[in-house]
Amino acid sequence: MQWLDGLVQGVLLGGLYAQYALGMALMFGVMRIVNITHGDLMILLALTGISLAATFALGPWTVLMVLVALGAILGLLLQRLILNRVVGADPLPSLIATFGLSVALQNAMLQVWSADTRSLGGGDIAQASFQLGTLYVGVLPVIVLATATLLTGGLDATLRYTRFGRSLRAASADVEAAAMTGVNPKGVYAGATAVAVAILGFAAVFQSMRATVAPADGPFQLIYAFEAVIIGGMGSIWGAFLGAMVLGISQSIGFRIDPGFGILAGHLVFLLILALRPQGLLGKD
Amino acid sequence: MSSTLLSTQGLVARYGDFQALYGIDFEISEGEVVALIGANGAGKSTLLKSIMGLLRVAPEMVRLDGRPVGGSKPNRMVSDGVAIVPEGRRLFTGMSVVDNLRVAIDHAAVPRGTAWTLDRVFELFPILREKQAVPVQSLSGGQQQMVAIGRALLNQPRLLLCDEISLGLAPKVVKEIYRAIPSISANGTAIILVEQDVGLARSASNRLYCMLEGRVSLTGRSQDISREVIGAAYFGGAHAVA
Repeated sequence: MQWLDGLVQGVLLGGLYAQYALGMALMFGVMRIVNITHGDLMILLALTGISLAATFALGPWTVLMVLVALGAILGLLLQRLILNRVVGADPLPSLIATFGLSVALQNAMLQVWSADTRSLGGGDIAQASFQLGTLYVGVLPVIVLATATLLTGGLDATLRYTRFGRSLRAASADVEAAAMTGVNPKGVYAGATAVAVAILGFAAVFQSMRATVAPADGPFQLIYAFEAVIIGGMGSIWGAFLGAMVLGISQSIGFRIDPGFGILAGHLVFLLILALRPQGLLGKD
Repeated sequence: MSSTLLSTQGLVARYGDFQALYGIDFEISEGEVVALIGANGAGKSTLLKSIMGLLRVAPEMVRLDGRPVGGSKPNRMVSDGVAIVPEGRRLFTGMSVVDNLRVAIDHAAVPRGTAWTLDRVFELFPILREKQAVPVQSLSGGQQQMVAIGRALLNQPRLLLCDEISLGLAPKVVKEIYRAIPSISANGTAIILVEQDVGLARSASNRLYCMLEGRVSLTGRSQDISREVIGAAYFGGAHAVA
């Protein structure tokens, strides 16, 4: 029984991880830009949301809308001001630039919000649960999973079937050839980064409703997002979703084996997949 | 003869400290096919890159419809009606044939004359209709070249730049690809053909320019220039005048 419960809770946890991973799948998997600030931007959005909710007495869904819009703007700024200067065949400049920004962001957040952990009051919905057979399932985690599924489906369809998606895939395959075919690579990259960070607006709200956030939490989220993308396979959006599920289930089962083993179990499964199937579960060749 | 579509005046271009072009004067009229020949390193591809906006050049060095466009971004050149079939094809790996073509449709210039459509490209190269759902990297070299040409055509160019489209292909495939040239220019599209094969370049073009070490060494009507004169201009003989 506890293993089935572990599986279900793992899938639900995976829903949250999928929301971290989607933007990473877009930036790292498709655009091949390493963005070390990924987790910190999520924390920044979460802390901003918590402060906004407290100051203006906003409900979580209003905060969600504000954070998604704010995320899009942050993404645009990130691309325009920093990433466009370092984007190219060499991944090292983007890694170093965003690493520096990550450290600066963490310290700036520490200055503004202090090291306390905070969370967003979700009202009744945060505590609500229902019975499924002999299992109790939280309403909020189900909402998180459903949102993650819709976001994944939407992003995948956008990449496959829209003008923006084709332009982005073309620019990722060969940026110069894309420009020679009429694509404006900087515009497309700015749009993609805006989408990636906007999705973190969802993750920020759900993370701070389900658990707590503190200024130094970003790197954990970053690692989960990286792992999910690599487990699933670079460039595959549904792969990142699947990778997040694998990570969530591994951690959840691990916690039931030993409470101290959960996080490590996720990393071990990640290493195992890296060794046995380096291209990822849904990766090609 | 119709009016000048694109011209370069005193075009100079460099890669860092290395100067590749020394004052190129070039022009092409609407609907004309102009061949660009010359040995490796003569500057043919550099000239195309400068026109396309891939190299930094001064604005007045390249004129389109008399308007200075030198140094415009490549995507601006596409919307102004210039498209390129790049050297080495440069297809979007991982995307299907039809998605490669759709990227061009998404960013096409406003067509003059009959617009190119997927159907017209498939009529020009029937094999692409069969292969449309296939990822481009699994096509043969000739088929990939057809995708690259189709992609450029779907940008609805008034001027098409073709950079070594016969390179590395079997003679039979080269023939098949060159058969498409007349139907492209029949559409009113001007074409610049960069070509290693001098015989092929001569027979496919109205005029030709021969380049040598970053300069134009010979220019004239393709049919009027003898092989000997071309040979001298190509390799740097003393009397390269047409």
